[in-house]
Amino acid sequence: MYDRLTIHQKQAFWAWVFLAVPVVFFIVVRFYPTFDAAWISLTNWSLFREPKFIGLANYKEMFQDPVFWKVFANTFKYLALGLPVSLLISFTVAYYLDRVRFMHGLIRGLYFVPYLTTAVAMAWVWRWFYQPVPIGLFNDALSAVGLPQQPFLRSVDQALPSVLAPAIWAGLGFQVIIFLAGLRAIPETYYEAARIDGVGAWTILWEITLPLLKPTLLFLIVISSIGFLRIFDQVYNMTVDGQGGPLNATRPLVLNIYNSAFVDYDMGYATAQTMVLFLVLLVITIVQLRLLRSK
Amino acid sequence: MSAALHRPRIAPGRIVAWTLLALGGIVMIMPFVFMISTSLKTPEQVYDLRLIPLRPTLKNYVELFADARFLNWFVNSLVTSTIVTLSVLFFDSLVGYTLAKYRFRGRSFVFIAILSTLMIPTEMLVIPWYLMSASLGWIDTYWGIMFPGLITGFGVFLMRQFFSTVPDELIDAARIDGLSEFRIWWEIALPLVTPAMSALAIFTFLGNWTAFLWPLIVTSEKDLFTVPVGLSSFASENLTRWEMVMTGAAVSTIPTLIVFIVFQKYIIRGVVLSGLKG
Amino acid sequence: MTLRTMIASAALGAALLSTPAVAVEIEYWQYYFEGRVTAIDQLIEQFEAENPDITVKHTHFPYAQYRTKVAAAVMAGEGPDVVQLYYGWLPDFMKAGLLQPLPAEVFDPATIDAEYFPIVGRMKIDGQYYGLPTAVRSLAMFYNKDLFKKAGLDPESPPATYAELVEAAKAIAEHDSAGNLLVAGITATPVAQDAHWWREVLIRQHGGTPYSDDGRTVTYNTPEGAAALHDYTDMFMVHDATEYGFMNESQASFAAQRAGILIDGSFRIGAVQQMEGLDWGVAPLPTQNGVASNYASYWVNGITRGTEGEELEASLKFLEFITRPEAMQLWLDVVGELPARPEVALTEGNLANPVYGPFLAGLDGAQTTEFVNESAQRQIWLDMIDRINIGGVSVEDSLAEAAAAEQKLIDEFHAE
Repeated sequence: MYDRLTIHQKQAFWAWVFLAVPVVFFIVVRFYPTFDAAWISLTNWSLFREPKFIGLANYKEMFQDPVFWKVFANTFKYLALGLPVSLLISFTVAYYLDRVRFMHGLIRGLYFVPYLTTAVAMAWVWRWFYQPVPIGLFNDALSAVGLPQQPFLRSVDQALPSVLAPAIWAGLGFQVIIFLAGLRAIPETYYEAARIDGVGAWTILWEITLPLLKPTLLFLIVISSIGFLRIFDQVYNMTVDGQGGPLNATRPLVLNIYNSAFVDYDMGYATAQTMVLFLVLLVITIVQLRLLRSK
Repeated sequence: MSAALHRPRIAPGRIVAWTLLALGGIVMIMPFVFMISTSLKTPEQVYDLRLIPLRPTLKNYVELFADARFLNWFVNSLVTSTIVTLSVLFFDSLVGYTLAKYRFRGRSFVFIAILSTLMIPTEMLVIPWYLMSASLGWIDTYWGIMFPGLITGFGVFLMRQFFSTVPDELIDAARIDGLSEFRIWWEIALPLVTPAMSALAIFTFLGNWTAFLWPLIVTSEKDLFTVPVGLSSFASENLTRWEMVMTGAAVSTIPTLIVFIVFQKYIIRGVVLSGLKG
Repeated sequence: MTLRTMIASAALGAALLSTPAVAVEIEYWQYYFEGRVTAIDQLIEQFEAENPDITVKHTHFPYAQYRTKVAAAVMAGEGPDVVQLYYGWLPDFMKAGLLQPLPAEVFDPATIDAEYFPIVGRMKIDGQYYGLPTAVRSLAMFYNKDLFKKAGLDPESPPATYAELVEAAKAIAEHDSAGNLLVAGITATPVAQDAHWWREVLIRQHGGTPYSDDGRTVTYNTPEGAAALHDYTDMFMVHDATEYGFMNESQASFAAQRAGILIDGSFRIGAVQQMEGLDWGVAPLPTQNGVASNYASYWVNGITRGTEGEELEASLKFLEFITRPEAMQLWLDVVGELPARPEVALTEGNLANPVYGPFLAGLDGAQTTEFVNESAQRQIWLDMIDRINIGGVSVEDSLAEAAAAEQKLIDEFHAE
């Protein structure tokens, strides 16, 4: 039977043999849950009762819920603060590290190590740093040099940047490595030409390095944006009872989804919020693809 | 190599830059230093800022390991991360190879469909996964922790890219030699993409080892916790005993950190190669 | 042991004799609290010695995750057979049908009515009990005698009124030159019993009530409620006697000798007894306007809905075991929580005990709050305090906002 197949038919036969399990997997574990999520968001599924179709009621509730808008704004605050700060630091580090040869590998390693750790463990270390005197490192240091104590995690204004800091810290190494690779990929001839023309270092940076680094930069912007928009581990482990307090000041969308689903058991309401997250991430990815193509 | 060539030898500016970079690097690892330092302190000394404890003690570690919880969580993390990694390596490369090297109807459809799963955030899927797990009895099982990650769209994409670079002639020659299709993949094609495989292995393992959200959702029994979930629960139980929290954090980080530092060169190569974690 | 419990035990024993002894494992869940974990481990050991064919697996979770984990696990048909629940969670759990009633042949409702403190009656719904406590708890005031002496106060006459409490707390509080709090006069943190003190003690001392009698209307958004809230928040907003959230948990600063006064439940006794180098005493809650009030609460042991057959029999046996008078005595010795049966609790020895005495006295005439969703209501309290403490909102406005939020929560619960 098999022997009578043409070469093409044999290829197709083997292709589907190899793909059978993965295709079933993707249908069951990725596609079905995606449509299921869309469906659940239209029901009042609360784990406690049979789901009932309620149309767009969850979405209506969501748009009227001040807490939703608060966490939505918080989510973008993490992005708006985290993205420029982390990229600026990591680019500066990479830019100078690129020129350093003495102990280059060791220094690069120091920046990279936090990336390899569990966010949960580091969140707790940072949480300890932020405690008031006499416990916390930062405040002990501040009071040792006579500066006033800072509330950090207990302040509505400082809590979000405080939670963000370990996330930036942990991701820095990754960004540095990618920037370094990007910098190395720039052909030496560009620099030589510029030097022959007698162009200054600053101009080289703006006119040559950064424009040629655009694909790297775009890639990092997208990856990092998605990372900041999905922040969860740090907030869950650094705030009282994992609630994203004080007064929801640090609660991002993902934590609100987690709370709706697994504390309030309101699966319908939670999935409605995940649809928003999905749309936000989708828009960002599409914009990135556009920008890459326009180049 | 560009770095070495296009700049003057040793200028004062470079010494300053080097010093600042090195200092920045030291600042980067200070959290680890303080974590370890505090884990070696007695409760009374926690309030003492000294970096090297006055009378270092392993008492906290003894207390931590007095009950087997952490050991248990390590086993759970190790088993689940390893199995997921092996599964990802096998299936992702097989699918990547199939999509790169076979001509058949529906190929691009399958590829685009798998690629499109990358657009769906995990956070959206955890609720259906949870409901699925609840109705199938997967809560508090290794299978429950592992199943969402057994095959990944990212890995398929990565492997397909790399298999595309394998010359068709090699495969055709193997066919003429009478090798079975499976063995062509396993013995001829796979060895040619080992760098990609090691990058994929490292990232899958790292991603699963540090994963928090899904294991947090799918486990409720302490015995089934992974290291991050266990640590989170341990730390909130010991909220005011910072020396114990730091000991827990140290125990959860250090063994894997050592392994990762040993493989750092490969990991960094992998980051550059794939540009993604997990 | 009374005759009735003996008959009940005998009946249970007889029922179990008819089934062959096969090894059966049941699972017991509670939240993590050191004393309670130790106590249950000891009880399990005794129980297993008495019932070699049954093993009990004991699992515990941090308080913050506990309620979620229980509900989710039981909904999924996993999790515990016997479970410890805060009494305030019962409405939620009942509504979801997570618990099964205790069979009347083993736990006769009339016997329970007669032998337990009346507050346990909340566990009876439509004539059937859904859970039984080993212990009940009330509030009292722990204080640090050394810090009292240091502040020039008499360690043998702790504050008896609210006014005296404020004076004592102010005297004890210590700050460094930069104004950082070093020692708190009184504790005030999110991880404490403070909400209960305000709801059921302070408000009532001002002549108000926290909720209507049927529990469906929030009645604390009044001048009385605001005055009571001032009593609490003024400690850190006005008197500088403490700092909200000082050292994260109230008991932590007290244990570290960095807080003079801790208002806490009887469950804290065991932990305080183990605090080294601490010279401490217990006094009844301060009165105000001549009114004494207290808040009583308890954790009940219930049986989850999916438990049946051998597991159910073993679970009932275990539940009977941990509600025996002997178990209650052990619980009192290890945890410090008061026995749920007056016959065990109100012995002469206990009443005269300088530690248990004030708590037992408080139990008399204590209030219990009827919660619809204890954790959500607790969050409303926490947000209310945060708004005042760091949000720049006035006590009155924050109170009004909390009252509205809580009323909405209660209405939604009853609407479904």
